[in-house]
Amino acid sequence: MSTALPTDALPIDDSVPIEDIGERHLMPADMTVSEVTTLVAGVTENPAPRGWWMLFIPAVLLAGLMFACIGYLVTAGVGAWGNNAPVYWAWDITNFVWWIGIGHAGTLISAILFLFRQKWRTSINRFAEAMTVFAVLCAAIFPALHTGRPWFDYYLFPIPNQMNVWPNFKSPLMWDVFAVNTYLTISVVFFFVGLIPDLATIRDRSTNLLRKRIYGFFALGWRGSHRHWQHYERAYLIFAAISTPLVLSVHSVVSFDFATSVIPGWHTTIFPPYFVAGAVFSGFALVMTLMLIVRAVFGMHRVVTLKHLDLMTKFMLATSMLVGYAYAMEFFIAWYSGNEYEWWHFFHTRIGLADSTGQRSPYFWAWVAMVSCNVLVPQIFWFKYARRSIPVMFVATLLINVGMWFERFVIIVLSIHRDYLPSAWGIFHPTLIDMGLYLGTMGFFLTMFLLFVRWLPMFAIAELKGILPAAQPSHAPDHHEAPEAPAGELSPAPAE
Amino acid sequence: MQIFPRKLNLLPLVLGAAVFIAGGAVTFVVWYYFSPKNLQVGYAPDQPVPYSHRLHAGELGLDCRYCHANVERSYEAMVPPTQTCMGCHNIVRTDSARLEPVRQSWQTNQPVAWVRVHKLPDHVFFDHSVHLAASVGCVTCHGRIDQMDVVRQEQPLSMAWCLDCHRDPGPNLRPPAEITSMQWEPDEAWTAQVDARVAALNPPIHCSGCHR
Repeated sequence: MSTALPTDALPIDDSVPIEDIGERHLMPADMTVSEVTTLVAGVTENPAPRGWWMLFIPAVLLAGLMFACIGYLVTAGVGAWGNNAPVYWAWDITNFVWWIGIGHAGTLISAILFLFRQKWRTSINRFAEAMTVFAVLCAAIFPALHTGRPWFDYYLFPIPNQMNVWPNFKSPLMWDVFAVNTYLTISVVFFFVGLIPDLATIRDRSTNLLRKRIYGFFALGWRGSHRHWQHYERAYLIFAAISTPLVLSVHSVVSFDFATSVIPGWHTTIFPPYFVAGAVFSGFALVMTLMLIVRAVFGMHRVVTLKHLDLMTKFMLATSMLVGYAYAMEFFIAWYSGNEYEWWHFFHTRIGLADSTGQRSPYFWAWVAMVSCNVLVPQIFWFKYARRSIPVMFVATLLINVGMWFERFVIIVLSIHRDYLPSAWGIFHPTLIDMGLYLGTMGFFLTMFLLFVRWLPMFAIAELKGILPAAQPSHAPDHHEAPEAPAGELSPAPAE
Repeated sequence: MQIFPRKLNLLPLVLGAAVFIAGGAVTFVVWYYFSPKNLQVGYAPDQPVPYSHRLHAGELGLDCRYCHANVERSYEAMVPPTQTCMGCHNIVRTDSARLEPVRQSWQTNQPVAWVRVHKLPDHVFFDHSVHLAASVGCVTCHGRIDQMDVVRQEQPLSMAWCLDCHRDPGPNLRPPAEITSMQWEPDEAWTAQVDARVAALNPPIHCSGCHR
């Protein structure tokens, strides 16, 4: 039954029920415990494939661009950005929200899907957790620079000082500082705790002492005893429980930055759930984009199967429709409220109906880009063909992240470029520093991500083993030759 | 195989202690040494003329406003022009060597380059006239000028220090007639009416009170 499968064919043996409940194997039925270890730990042990270098070198160059842009911005001042009256928030805040949103998939996958016992998360959770940490770091760069004098950023924290200056706790921007910092802290701790058993695996496989010591240091003396596992599982569960509200709270707080103001286009009660749905949407999209690349570069087709990708596209389809609902609801409220400013903002500025003077919005294209990428493109995932086609998924997820960037651009720039008085109208023009910094954060993100992929176990080895056919108590041994007992990596792998 | 020596078991303890001690040390250094109390109080630059406030304001008893004449009407307490000095010194001690720079300034019509002692950042709009109208004494912020040969900064002039008084101005108010007095102490008659004055004063504690 379980024959060698072509790498991208559906590697799911439909005739092997895991249990009477009708679940099916997520990974190829002939996957063995030792294969998982060799595959995942091997990445950190073998020389990097050429594909890795082809990504890493441009990523480092772009990261350098980011530091150059930051250096210029700090010495020249925020005037180096295109922000100006009335568009005081532009690409910087757009990029901030975009990156923070991307970070949300990590916690959703590692915490919420864990609590819901979604076993398919095991192939993507480590990946997504790492992405979360890096994305939040990239996000934090923008508001830190947006303050204009980054060396005074410590004002953001409640530190007793000689000026008696204290953060204004009535300000959502302040809540943001706490939300993002909490999120970063918990994400880092969660990521690290999950890594411990796998770091120990790599430590035990290491042949040279330095490697043993480095991985051993971070493995915190893990020996894999039952007591260790018991504590580990409990800690993991607790962190999942702590992280779960954060998935909802962080982007809700980010949305308050806008929703608590009185700008048409921002002053909307639907913002918190709308932002959270969008965040999960974009996060899943980027996880998938990178997953498809890494899967190809490192040949991980047997760990991340089409079944996983299929489930992820369904998640994106669902969140895309949530976002689409929010878009529609904004227009409905703009009409239903009878508020002329709301109406003007949505029907003139966004969809470009001519106003009474016959003028048309200069930003119509941004709204079109947002809706086509975020609502129309994901509809393709209704079709099974699209959910199984790597090129379609790759292009679609890239477009989704373009669309999600435009969503933030539409919300931020479109809402403020038309002030209440026509004398205070303006258009935003990005400068080279704006563009360089945005591209640069992508490079910075990719650099950290590629280093992670190269030096840390990119899949949760221990958790993957837990969903192998061999780990199922009901597993009928006559199907194929998997080890009888739940063996560690020290047991010899059975021959195929 | 043992990859770490046994004594490394102490590492978490040592790291924890190190973070605690280093963190505490950094906090203390910044908290104490970076404060205007440490960095600014005691600033007493050399002046081009060895003018003594102790002699003029203390022993001779000149009123502060004789030289800093506009202080009740202006943001700045002006530094007197050479003409003010020469008003007396073209009669008194006309040949003193220490007054040579003043006479030179008088002849060349170039002001004496006095060095400013009490400095505030550019983003602070401090108004002397408002504070005198509220009857805050000179001595409150400048200390016992009448005892200083060389003027030195007595108070930190930090924002917290400003706000301390803006939040509770009572102890620093005095009768309007006594604003330039260096020795005045509150008496019973004053303590009886100070609360009413404070209530009428209502000093600003919002940002734009001092930063515009």
